[in-house]
Amino acid sequence: MAHFEKAKNLNEWLDQRLAVNTLKRVLNTEYWIPKDINFLWAMGMVLAATFGMLVLSGIFLLMYYKPDTNLAFDSVNYTIMSEVGYGWLWRHIHGVGASIVFLIIYIHMFTGIYYGSYKRGRELIWLSGMALFVAFSAEAFSGYMLPWGQMSYWAGMVITNLFSGGSLEAYGLVEWIRGDYVPGDAFLTRFFMLHVLLIPLVIIGLIVLHFGTLRIPHVNNQEGAEIDFEEAADLYKAGKKKESKVIPFSPVFLSKDVFVMGVYFILFFYLVFYNFNFAMDPVNFDPADGLKTPAHIYPEWYFLWSYEILRPFGKDAGLIAFGIAQLALFFLPFIDRSPNVAPAHKRGLFQVWFWVLLVDMIVLTAMGKLPPTDPTFAMLGKISAWTFLALGPILFIITMFEKKIEKGA
Amino acid sequence: MRELKILAVVVFFSLLTYYLVEPYAHHEMHKKVDAQGNEIKTESQGFKYNGTADIAEAERAGDAARVAAKKAFWADVAEVAKLEGNAAAGEAGFGLCLGCHNGANMNMGGVIPPNLDHAGTIYDKNYLIALIKDPAMASNVDHKYADTMMHPMGSIKSMMSDNQQIADVVAYILENKSGEITPKEAYMEACMRCHAVRYGKLTQLGETPVFKHEKDALAHKIKVIDEQDTVKAYMGKLPPDLSMIIRARSEHFMETFIENPQSQLAGTSMPRVGLNHEGYEKVKAYLTEVGDPSKAKREALGPIVIGFFTLFSILAFLWKKSQWRDLH
Repeated sequence: MAHFEKAKNLNEWLDQRLAVNTLKRVLNTEYWIPKDINFLWAMGMVLAATFGMLVLSGIFLLMYYKPDTNLAFDSVNYTIMSEVGYGWLWRHIHGVGASIVFLIIYIHMFTGIYYGSYKRGRELIWLSGMALFVAFSAEAFSGYMLPWGQMSYWAGMVITNLFSGGSLEAYGLVEWIRGDYVPGDAFLTRFFMLHVLLIPLVIIGLIVLHFGTLRIPHVNNQEGAEIDFEEAADLYKAGKKKESKVIPFSPVFLSKDVFVMGVYFILFFYLVFYNFNFAMDPVNFDPADGLKTPAHIYPEWYFLWSYEILRPFGKDAGLIAFGIAQLALFFLPFIDRSPNVAPAHKRGLFQVWFWVLLVDMIVLTAMGKLPPTDPTFAMLGKISAWTFLALGPILFIITMFEKKIEKGA
Repeated sequence: MRELKILAVVVFFSLLTYYLVEPYAHHEMHKKVDAQGNEIKTESQGFKYNGTADIAEAERAGDAARVAAKKAFWADVAEVAKLEGNAAAGEAGFGLCLGCHNGANMNMGGVIPPNLDHAGTIYDKNYLIALIKDPAMASNVDHKYADTMMHPMGSIKSMMSDNQQIADVVAYILENKSGEITPKEAYMEACMRCHAVRYGKLTQLGETPVFKHEKDALAHKIKVIDEQDTVKAYMGKLPPDLSMIIRARSEHFMETFIENPQSQLAGTSMPRVGLNHEGYEKVKAYLTEVGDPSKAKREALGPIVIGFFTLFSILAFLWKKSQWRDLH
């Protein structure tokens, strides 16, 4: 037992036992962020806030939701939507939040790619971020099963079928995942468990890891400049705020984050109250019916690009392409051979590559939803899928030949 | 300035993606084309019925005999519509209707004949004339009765064949069965014989009473199942429960489908209901009440929450300005 003096106040009492002052300094007031940033640097906090909204609304929904194929649809659409006070609000927040969180994730990812924030020293930031993307995808998919509408059922059917592995015909694996021959009660309850317990635990763990990976390499800045953080911090603490290249996380960086979050929540609640159909597909307001296949089965918008990489090829080739697409982005820090940490507009061909990637993913997203029976759409889908697959090797080649940008240039 | 440029890029690509996967993709998915590949535009006719849509459908199917039959039928309807109906003279004719439309809740030939207490309020005049002349043609489900099956109301053709008599009965309905109607009553008269609404406790037999004893509740349930089986046998499948239909279908779909079910679901056994604009609005109001009860609360709360975050953003902006003042 260490020696403890009698504390003069609560803060001191806590500091003796938890080192709250040190924590506050290390995590807030002396956690240094580069000054040369724009609003895209606030997306991490926006994501954290959205995740918070999802957890909060999820807790309220969980109090009334019933994971049973006979009760699930009505517990959501009747109990929560018409009997529980503000149940509709929590559901709309949860539904819109689940969709919009992916928009922010994609903005966050493309920001990272544009500014080269995955390069040497920052690989783990990228990798843990990609792991979060996968965990969020699993969370979104499992959550989509829960209202047990037509789209829940048929999306569940299609996606679990992927595990048969094409010509491998591993139907035993598919049945093992479903707990039944077709999606049913066992299927619903296990996805319920995944959605409310296992995956959220994984996500929370990964968020902590993601924050942790930022600590040593520090957040990137608009020019990709290397900063001597200790020197800059000393300047700041000495009052030379203009000369210093850094700002403390709290309150300076936070004040900007909070402003961006405020603007973001205006958009968020506009969607919650006035434009929610994109996130809560009307088809899913028809109860699940295993005998009635909907005319069009499509995933939510954020899965469309990878769905479109699956669709235009044959059974096996499609699965392989799909597998590659899921993993390809993980390897970005290792495919990019360039020595430069710089924004794309200073990196020559890489800039072209970046915009091609962005446009290609948008084309894939659109084609993933448009009916493939139209030959033009089918052709566009195929071209964009091949383009996506080719972009990996192309990146490797163009960055091998990328010239080193001289310091100060 | 640079931040605004970046914001413009982000907004542009987000909106582009939204446009492609939402309005554009949904338009492409639900597009209907004729045999020549031309797009068929389905627009609401304002809940007026003159057979234009029915004739166009027959023309697209390339069935000359059907086109002729439809044209002749709707021309007849227009003739009757021009006649001056005498409501007093129509009372006796309406008596014939009451033989079946008697509120006894008895299934006759497939469905329970609907209550006509507000028929003059919720149905269109042309449609009523057409219905008495030939129920299958009026409802645009004549394809169902081409062979041996007869429309359950088919006998009306022989009972009321005189044009003036039809005009009189319709005049009687429009004058005497035209009281105020609640949304729920409109639904019960127009839709309930086929479509249950479990969130509104309606079955094909009407409102489900509260039973004291489980035995009575079960006995009622059996009666409902019997009725549903009869409807199912007649319609081919049990028409869906409409509790959530207001969220499951778009406004445009609801309008055009109720006006002419064939326009959205070719070959369906659902008959045209013949609602006029007021009737449709009432039915829609009931379906909204049941399927989207939070609509009013949502619209009331929206501006407050958005106002809050606007104020929040303004204050946050001022805080940011004060924090960043000394930095540059």
